[in-house]
Amino acid sequence: MIRLENVTKVFPGGSGPAVHQLSLDVAEGEIVVLVGPSGCGKTTTLKMINRLVEPTSGRITVAGEDIMAIPAHELRRRVGYVIQQIGLFPHRTIAENIATVPRLLGWERTRIDDRVGELIRLVDLEPGMRNRYPRELSGGQRQRAGVARALAADPPVMLMDEPFGAVDPIVRGRLQDELLDLQRRVHKTIVFVTHDIDEAIKLGDRVAILNIGGIVEQYAPPAVILRDPANAFVKAFLGSHRGIKRLSLIPVGEVPLEDGPMVDRSATARDARACMDRYGVDWFGILDGKELVGWAWASDLDGDSLAHIDPKPFEARVSLDASLREALDTIITSRTRVAPVFDGGRFVGTITAEGISRELAK
Amino acid sequence: MIAAPFFRWDWVFDHLGLIWEKVSEHLVLTGIALGVGFVISMALALIGLRFPRTYPPITWLTGVLYTIPSLALFAFLVPITGFTVLSAEIGLVSYTLLILIRNIVAGIQGVDPAVREAALGMGYGSRRLFLEIELPLALPVILAGVRIAAVTTIGLVTITALIGQGGVGFFILQGLNRFFNTEIVLGTALSVILAVAVDLVLVLVERLLTPWTAKRTAAS
Amino acid sequence: MDGQANRGLLMEFLGDLLQWFGENWSGETGWLARTGEHLRVSGAALIAAMAVALPLAGWLGHTGRGGLLAVSVINIGRALPSFGIIALALPFTIWLARSTPLIDSGLGFAPTFIALFLLALPPIFTNTYAGIRGVDADVVEAARGMGITERRLVLDVEMPIASPVILTGIRVTAVQVVATATLGALVGYGGYGRFIVDGLAIQDRLQLVAGAILVAVLSILTEIGFSALERFVVPAGISRRRRADVVPPVAV
Ligand SMILES: Nc1ncnc2c1ncn2[C@@H]1O[C@H](COP(=O)(O)OP(=O)(O)O)[C@@H](O)[C@H]1O
Ligand SMILES: [Mg+2]
Repeated sequence: MIRLENVTKVFPGGSGPAVHQLSLDVAEGEIVVLVGPSGCGKTTTLKMINRLVEPTSGRITVAGEDIMAIPAHELRRRVGYVIQQIGLFPHRTIAENIATVPRLLGWERTRIDDRVGELIRLVDLEPGMRNRYPRELSGGQRQRAGVARALAADPPVMLMDEPFGAVDPIVRGRLQDELLDLQRRVHKTIVFVTHDIDEAIKLGDRVAILNIGGIVEQYAPPAVILRDPANAFVKAFLGSHRGIKRLSLIPVGEVPLEDGPMVDRSATARDARACMDRYGVDWFGILDGKELVGWAWASDLDGDSLAHIDPKPFEARVSLDASLREALDTIITSRTRVAPVFDGGRFVGTITAEGISRELAK
Repeated sequence: MIAAPFFRWDWVFDHLGLIWEKVSEHLVLTGIALGVGFVISMALALIGLRFPRTYPPITWLTGVLYTIPSLALFAFLVPITGFTVLSAEIGLVSYTLLILIRNIVAGIQGVDPAVREAALGMGYGSRRLFLEIELPLALPVILAGVRIAAVTTIGLVTITALIGQGGVGFFILQGLNRFFNTEIVLGTALSVILAVAVDLVLVLVERLLTPWTAKRTAAS
Repeated sequence: MDGQANRGLLMEFLGDLLQWFGENWSGETGWLARTGEHLRVSGAALIAAMAVALPLAGWLGHTGRGGLLAVSVINIGRALPSFGIIALALPFTIWLARSTPLIDSGLGFAPTFIALFLLALPPIFTNTYAGIRGVDADVVEAARGMGITERRLVLDVEMPIASPVILTGIRVTAVQVVATATLGALVGYGGYGRFIVDGLAIQDRLQLVAGAILVAVLSILTEIGFSALERFVVPAGISRRRRADVVPPVAV
């Protein structure tokens, strides 16, 4: 959908090229995140795609068309653009702000009104916000309005330059989730710039790690980058918690689950002891057929049968599509050091810290 | 000696027609000066913004004009343009330029670069950008300049009485010549009242033109 | 043809002007004496206004009181027509001369001085107040933290930091005072205004233009002189760019 071929930008008076021979392919419907240290040329790269900066050399195509062949203002009306400072027009209401590009495109009034209403719902703003001015909104609301404005004319391509950089971490997390949710519905081709590696990992279908001078050090899905950093720069940029970061990308379902020290309600105390010995633990889980009813300590055993035992419920449980990071969190905070895994309501096995660690080592 | 009253209301009531005439004249002189001054200032400000190298000489020149005392300026003009409205207006206009140009330029330059970038990023051309985004956003600063220029000009108009114009300055000059306090007080007070009134009107105009700057409570 | 004729007239006029300056420099009504008069009343009014406005604004700015006063002062200052103030000063000084032994005559210097003094107060006051209020609160707190007295805080910390803004106020005021002193001729004072007012009255172009040149030159010299002073007085390390924030008040 977007293709950069050997794109170079030299600013007059700059010490070296801001972006050097950069090539990048962005497929339709994917989110590509450009990430790298400050001053590495992320913004410059992004602005070359909507011609706010003209490349010194190289070629950029959007949907197969050379962007230099499209008049700049037409290109920009087809490409959504969101920046960190948002740049909402302070003298226009939220509705008028969102209507900016449709108005530039000369849409009819009623069509614009309908579209504005649709977008306000889409980005989860209250309908009452329509006639507010930007300064009457909170930071998070403004950011949503900025996204809505960029989406207004339904551009196939969106460029986002650190859009969540200025909001506090809690709101940022929520906006990221909303963006992913939105993307599932609108399927845009998004180029997203950030300097926050965690944000890149969370949002990107593919991540391009840039070095000073706009050099691509690695361009791959985040899981691949975390597993196989291409070089020392990438490794350093990923930081010291690479393993933990990877965990958040792998779902529990991808790890072989274990049965765990589980015995059926009808088993004898001896069976239970044998099972605990096998796993080297001093507790056991109790199944009723396929259903997990709870667990008990070894010391709770009294007599030969399990009938008198009142199973304690598992407080910690993870679902099959949770990430390993959530699973690990559950494991280390549970008393049994094990998390039972459920697929919907169905017990499918257990996961342990060792199992996770084995997976990472692969 | 019978103490003459300091201010004679009866004189005022006897001359309401004349007062009205001079007040109108005052407002017309002020209005022309502001209108012409604004057009010239806008043109020079645009030149200064478009070609930044021209901005220092523009402010230098208007600064010199501003520094020359008005009476001196009128004195230069009288031998050329006589005791006319033209002489008065040339002087009055030249005093509005510095304030207006500075505020127009500061207003436009003060527009948040992010807003400008967002507008360009959405496909605004430079002309539309100026008319629809930059100019409205600069309005509060520009109007602040207009207010200062208006109040200043109203005061200066009184001096043009010395070259045969003057609006309410006519009363001040005549009062001085006749040692008649009522007229001096009247002329001065009218000038102050006009300045305050025009300033208030401009504040209202600003409110109307820039609703987005108003403080508004959450709902409604 | 026409252009040539015009140029001829202009040259002739300039010649006459030079001659006027050559012939009218000495004596009680010469332009040298008038320069003295002009400077005397301007200087006296400026110094008097500084003596009142600087301490008052400095203290109010320091304590943070009188914010409303500061705003009103600048607005009132702008709305007051200097011509009206000078005219109003006259009946006041005449009354003063008649009923007190303070001044001999209510004409001339006294009304001019009083009007200039009144007109000089607002811009000096406002700039000083704004300058002091604009001093970084952290700097003030740091100074207090070191145990400085309030008086020394104002004099040694706030005033020097605010000096660019204060000096701009003084410069702008000085130019305004020099300009307005011209109007003193209307209440019987000397100074350059004499040439202009008399020139207007008797339709003497030469005198009129000569007076205008003298006032214009003195105003510009005042501007240049005080600018140089600013450069000299403002402590190194404090940016003089801050004066760009200040809108000049009225020059008359
Ligand atoms: N308009 C410009 N003029 C000159 N140099 C610029 C300009 N914009 C960016 N640069 C330089 O280009 C380099 C890359 O900048 P940028 O793309 O903004 O980095 P990033 O967004 O990754 O922080 C920096 O060294 C910056 O100083
Ligand atoms: Mg950037």
